[in-house]
Amino acid sequence: MKSAPFKYYVPSEIDEALELLYQLGDEAKILAGGQSLVPMLNYRLLSPANLLDINRVSELKRYSLTDEGLKIGAGVRQREIELSPEIELAFPVLHQALTNVAHVQIRNRGTICGSLAHADSAAELPSVMVALGAQMVIRSGVGDRAVKAEEFFKFHLTSDLEPAEILTEVHVPKLPAKTVGAFEEVTRRKGDFALVGAALLGQWDANGQIQNCRIVCSGVAPVPLRLRFAEDIVNGTDLSDQVLVNVQQSVMDSLDPTEDIHTSSHYRKIVTGVVVRRGLSRLVDQRGAANGSR
Amino acid sequence: MSQISEIKENLTVTNIGRGMIRREDPRLLTGQGKFIDDLPFSDFYEAAILRSPHAHARVVSIDTERALKLSGVIAIYTAADLEPIMKDLPPKVSHPKLNYQIRLPMVKEYANYVGEPIAVVVAENRYIAEDALDLIEIEYETLPAVASTHAALRKGGPKVHIGSESNVAVHIIQKAGDPEAALKTAPHVIRETFKITRGGGHSIEGRGVAARFDPITQQLTVWDNTQAPHYVRQMLATIYGMTEDEIRLIAPQDIGGGFGPKAQFYGEEVVIPWIVMQMKHPVKWVEDRWENFISATMERSQTHRVEVGFDEDGHLLVLKDVFEHDQGAYCVGLQVPTITMSTLPGPYVIPNIHSELISCYTNIVPTSSLRGAGRPQAVTVMERMMDRIAEHLGMEPAEIRRRNLIQPDQFPYAVGLLFRDGSPLTYDSGNYPALLEGAVDRIDIVKFRRDQAEARSQGRFLGLGLSMYVEGTGIGPYEGARVRLTNSGKILVTLAASPQGQGYETVYAQVAADAIGVDIDLVEVRHGDTSSIPYGQGTFASRVTATAGPAVWEASELLKSDLLAVAASLLKCDVSSLALSGNSVFIESEPERRVLLYDIALVSNVGRHGMSVPRDLPIAIERTAYFKPVQAVYSSGISAVIVEVDPETGKIEILKSLLGHDCGNVLNPMIVEGQILGGHAHGIGNAIYEEARYSEDGQPQAVSYLDYALPTAIEVPTPELFHVFSPSPLNPLGVKGAGEGGTIPVPGAVANAVEDALRPFGSRICELPLTPERVLRAIYDHD
Ligand SMILES: Cc1cc2nc3c(=O)[nH]c(=O)nc-3n(C[C@H](O)[C@H](O)[C@H](O)COP(=O)(O)OP(=O)(O)OC[C@H]3O[C@@H](n4cnc5c(N)ncnc54)[C@H](O)[C@@H]3O)c2cc1C
Repeated sequence: MKSAPFKYYVPSEIDEALELLYQLGDEAKILAGGQSLVPMLNYRLLSPANLLDINRVSELKRYSLTDEGLKIGAGVRQREIELSPEIELAFPVLHQALTNVAHVQIRNRGTICGSLAHADSAAELPSVMVALGAQMVIRSGVGDRAVKAEEFFKFHLTSDLEPAEILTEVHVPKLPAKTVGAFEEVTRRKGDFALVGAALLGQWDANGQIQNCRIVCSGVAPVPLRLRFAEDIVNGTDLSDQVLVNVQQSVMDSLDPTEDIHTSSHYRKIVTGVVVRRGLSRLVDQRGAANGSR
Repeated sequence: MSQISEIKENLTVTNIGRGMIRREDPRLLTGQGKFIDDLPFSDFYEAAILRSPHAHARVVSIDTERALKLSGVIAIYTAADLEPIMKDLPPKVSHPKLNYQIRLPMVKEYANYVGEPIAVVVAENRYIAEDALDLIEIEYETLPAVASTHAALRKGGPKVHIGSESNVAVHIIQKAGDPEAALKTAPHVIRETFKITRGGGHSIEGRGVAARFDPITQQLTVWDNTQAPHYVRQMLATIYGMTEDEIRLIAPQDIGGGFGPKAQFYGEEVVIPWIVMQMKHPVKWVEDRWENFISATMERSQTHRVEVGFDEDGHLLVLKDVFEHDQGAYCVGLQVPTITMSTLPGPYVIPNIHSELISCYTNIVPTSSLRGAGRPQAVTVMERMMDRIAEHLGMEPAEIRRRNLIQPDQFPYAVGLLFRDGSPLTYDSGNYPALLEGAVDRIDIVKFRRDQAEARSQGRFLGLGLSMYVEGTGIGPYEGARVRLTNSGKILVTLAASPQGQGYETVYAQVAADAIGVDIDLVEVRHGDTSSIPYGQGTFASRVTATAGPAVWEASELLKSDLLAVAASLLKCDVSSLALSGNSVFIESEPERRVLLYDIALVSNVGRHGMSVPRDLPIAIERTAYFKPVQAVYSSGISAVIVEVDPETGKIEILKSLLGHDCGNVLNPMIVEGQILGGHAHGIGNAIYEEARYSEDGQPQAVSYLDYALPTAIEVPTPELFHVFSPSPLNPLGVKGAGEGGTIPVPGAVANAVEDALRPFGSRICELPLTPERVLRAIYDHD
């Protein structure tokens, strides 16, 4: 469990980082918090010739919360976002999801962007970003581009990033008024990746009906799985008990989830229905609050 | 802990029984512990081991040329280079009927499990050594693998060992009474099949061996974080053809947990010191977590087919259990399954017993003891059946147990089977009703049933599980201690057994201080070095308190009589007029007439060069005692667990965990409590989380803690504890072992609680650990 040899680069400017990446091409790996990468190096599941440490690039260490929304740089730790009361207020679902990511020690080092770039299908943050309609800001020596979260995740551990690209920032747009949200998951141990997780968002309208509902699951497919058919069932309803039972049943009937060492496809099928129903009932709990204050 | 004085009435106990803070703690808490990887081995080369990636394969060829060219690589050894030591590593516990398969230190031709050592690379450091592993080219001819007892027993299926006729390692039947007849006549007979899986030891520190050879003294010094230093020394002496005095085996002062896997003997322990003697250069090998997952022994699975017969009142008439045990690729010892066989009857009067073991070879890393060592499985089977009987008769589970317990006046109680130590399974002492009633009172079952009913009406599912056990501890053949008056007037206790966190430096200072009567601050305890005490066995099977404890006691008593005799000679008085306390011996009626221990050391140890001493003056104040138990001593206990099960996700929440424990007299309650708490964590892991999963072709599926669900502090509730004290009449301290009791009953109690919670669904809990998946299946399969 010792990493194979590699060359180590520590740029302090983003341009320097991009230049290095451009030169090294697919021979390089970016080191952010190291919480996923270092174990993979030590198990020799990866043995890149070069490691590009972006932890000293001060430009990447910033996040900002403005009228447009939230911008999180690649150097920002998960724990910083979790501990910001303003962000918790503006994006409660993000905060809730973060408290389910690993343990405090790991969140102290792990970055938001690292988790997204890593694209683990059972991770919490990718689903949340899809639900929030986030944009990935990607830069390389060749040029910059932006990709919607929904299109960013390609497969388990595979994102849209090219080898010479850095995910420099994620943009989370401001949520419409009266948005409510919930993150619900089932794990074996506290801090584990999700057996099944779901990020849910929606807005209660004046008639007490939920609109623009988004339901995105972790752990059930190779990428964050948006359950559009379930969204269609609930949009425009009051999320009555009967609606919740129907959604649960329909999720159970329609899914064909991944099977892995942690649990069977059958388990995930049943429990995704449960998790979605429970998440929705938490939106119900927030109906009064949403209509009152916002 | 007043019980100690029942045993030693004439003794004023000042230290024994006190919850003294461990002397080990300051250095461990401040990061000053000295584990094998902390020792300043600056001139040592480091080794890495190439391990079989296949569960079953013939090694066709090995090419090390490229690897040897890597800068920093010193040497590479394979079996072909190690012919003189390619000798059998025999099992710790065997049986005349064992279908024996030779286990060699490294693969010679056939690799029989993933992780079996094939080559050792020695390099300037571990990084380079691991780089070199990637450059060794091996051609394998893969062979069909056997990855479960079920597959092992399949007619016409592949064989674990090429050329063997059967995958059965041993088939043993033990009987008491006439079980066949009793099964025919019992008014009620119920049956079930249980599959119980346990995981590995997962000590925070893996295995490690380092060695140095001194060509001048011809002394081989081996540092090995083993649980059994003298055992390893003897194995090495035998294999190398050396005497025991030519090998000094040191178990480092601090060892980061043992739990059983470090009490076994491995090929790496043979190969590394031998390489050192060949290379004439010191080498160390420290196992990493990946190696620990695939190559340290573990416990894995047993499948039990059990039948119990009982009468209308719930009295047990007969127990019949036939079980398959996964022995792994080689038999490193039969202790686990033979302990399972004799643990089944537990605290109950059962007139007729049939206990049958079918142990199978598989192409998986060998199994051996892990805290509890076959007992959690047996207890789970028995206690699950006690609950089923209660259910069958519509009785409270506590009541069915109450009716069957061995009573305090029935000791010594002969069960009618043999224990793992070869002696008859005869319980020495205990008070099982006190354990049961202690738990029943604390749980308040009547109230619990009300809460349970109310919760059910709200769609919540609570369950209560009880589980009782009797545990053979303190087994032979012997353990030793040497007690010495040092030249500076202090008492040095040297133990043969070495600890892995059990606090020997504290406990045996308590014992020696009380036996001698000296101030405990004058007593120091050392351990783990074969050069300072010639013989010993080691730390395993909850045996040390009940073997080394009495040895320390006896050696200390002898030393005390020496001290008094010297003082009597110096003070010109009779021994009977003397007393010993603090740092001196004095005449009781004239306390100002005294000699310091230091004075005694000057006279009797240091002496005056060339001068004679009085005839009756004891000299060289040092005593060694070896305590030889006549048989095991039997600890006992109970676990009671209240759970809430989420029937939609299969998640189990433990609302309450209670442990009642009886290990006879308690030397240091704080340490015993620590042992129980740690054991309980292992029990929770076994009940709900831990599983070393293998694919059908024998590939390990969980080789990191991402995939292997070791519980953390968050998952393990803090149990409430209570104690019952039934001193053993079989040793002078009245003590029994306490290292495993926290683990043994917990899986059974949790399983019982979960089935109790899910009774409205008619769920059957027959397979452990209780992953959310299994719990959900138990609900849906009986919907
Ligand atoms: C014990 C443990 C438990 C965990 N539990 C969870 C959990 O429950 N849920 C969960 O979601 N995660 C969990 N994690 C993973 C953790 O959240 C990681 O921190 C995260 O997945 C990766 O972030 P990082 O900053 O550490 O990235 P790194 O480990 O440094 O990098 C991960 C990968 O992303 C690439 N990368 C990183 N940053 C960028 C970037 N800006 N641009 C392009 N590529 C980049 C790296 O090259 C690498 O391939 C756990 C980790 C541990 C050790």
